[in-house]
Amino acid sequence: MSNNRVSRRQFLNYTLTGVGGFMAAGILMPMVRFAIDPALQTKAEGDFVQTSQKVADITEEPVKVDFSYEQVDAWYTSEVTDTAWVYKSGDSIVALSPVCKHLGCTVNWNSDTEHPNQFFCACHGGRYEKTGKNVPGTPPLGPLDAYEVSEKDGFLLLGKKIANNLA
Amino acid sequence: MLNKIYDWVDERLDITPIWRDIADHEVPEHVNPAHHFSAFVYCFGGLTFFITVIQILSGMFLTMYYVPDVENAWKSVYYLQNEVAFGEIVRGMHHWGASLVIVMMFLHTLRVFFTGSYKKPRELNWIVGVLIFCVMLGLGFTGYLLPWDMKALFATKVGIEIAASVPFIGELIKILLAGDATIIGAQTLTRFFAIHVFFLPAALFALLAAHFIMIRRQGISGPL
Repeated sequence: MSNNRVSRRQFLNYTLTGVGGFMAAGILMPMVRFAIDPALQTKAEGDFVQTSQKVADITEEPVKVDFSYEQVDAWYTSEVTDTAWVYKSGDSIVALSPVCKHLGCTVNWNSDTEHPNQFFCACHGGRYEKTGKNVPGTPPLGPLDAYEVSEKDGFLLLGKKIANNLA
Repeated sequence: MLNKIYDWVDERLDITPIWRDIADHEVPEHVNPAHHFSAFVYCFGGLTFFITVIQILSGMFLTMYYVPDVENAWKSVYYLQNEVAFGEIVRGMHHWGASLVIVMMFLHTLRVFFTGSYKKPRELNWIVGVLIFCVMLGLGFTGYLLPWDMKALFATKVGIEIAASVPFIGELIKILLAGDATIIGAQTLTRFFAIHVFFLPAALFALLAAHFIMIRRQGISGPL
């Protein structure tokens, strides 16, 4: 037994703080878990999306391929259109995301006359080589993302975004 | 550590007297349930406030998912209740708390009435209390529409028709509440949302502040 006597005031302080804390936790815990739910949702597996691009028509020159898929955004489901820059590199097909790695603007192929055969971002002059590798000295700090590619009945399928392994 | 932070702030801002004014006050024997169990009736006001705090908190969290729009209101409520973790609990707190706050407030009113606590010098506090009662009923009425289900829609139609039966200005009240002369729809929902989450809570905070300042200034009424 300790010799420290617990005064009535101390005892009341401890019990009231304890009970009060328990009640506050009981009220706040569901609300906080409710609020942080988006951060804890498991991400759905990205399925391959059909495009209208014939694989046989893909050349060494990057072309813009639009594709659309159904996006479920909580209670709102909509048809979303996305874009990829697609070209043939040797035997394999490369599909790059047009989202600039600087601040998320959209890059274009060969749109800057001073720097031909590069991806160019008009927002802050970010540039990428054909492989998606960012040109040093321009704003982007990493290469363009790539899409997983597949083929079905002669048409190109695009999957989820992956880190670019060409650059 | 906490004591040191407290001392640091107190040394500069002298907050102890403020804390004294808020927390340190007499609880007479006749209102203390530890002395007379029947004194629990004096807890109804505090319980009303406690549930009001829960309503404010749960309401703040619900608006993270809710949209006041005819297309999406019901869908967003369905989503937050069934797809978000603890959604059923948080919505349940707001739903059941809304009824409970009215019950507690009514019991508090009965206690004040039967102990004669509304008499001089506390008449003003009774008046403010009645205004709080009206604001709470308004919060209940406007909140009832927000889930935008059948029950909400028809309850609001009936409520607005009741308001429209006021002589002379009834039609005007109806249009101002519904936002349209004939339709209970998009504008009704946004209006009710704004009233529910901004206008009435603002009025409620002001009235509650007045209510509490007055009770502290005048003290709890004496024993019967």
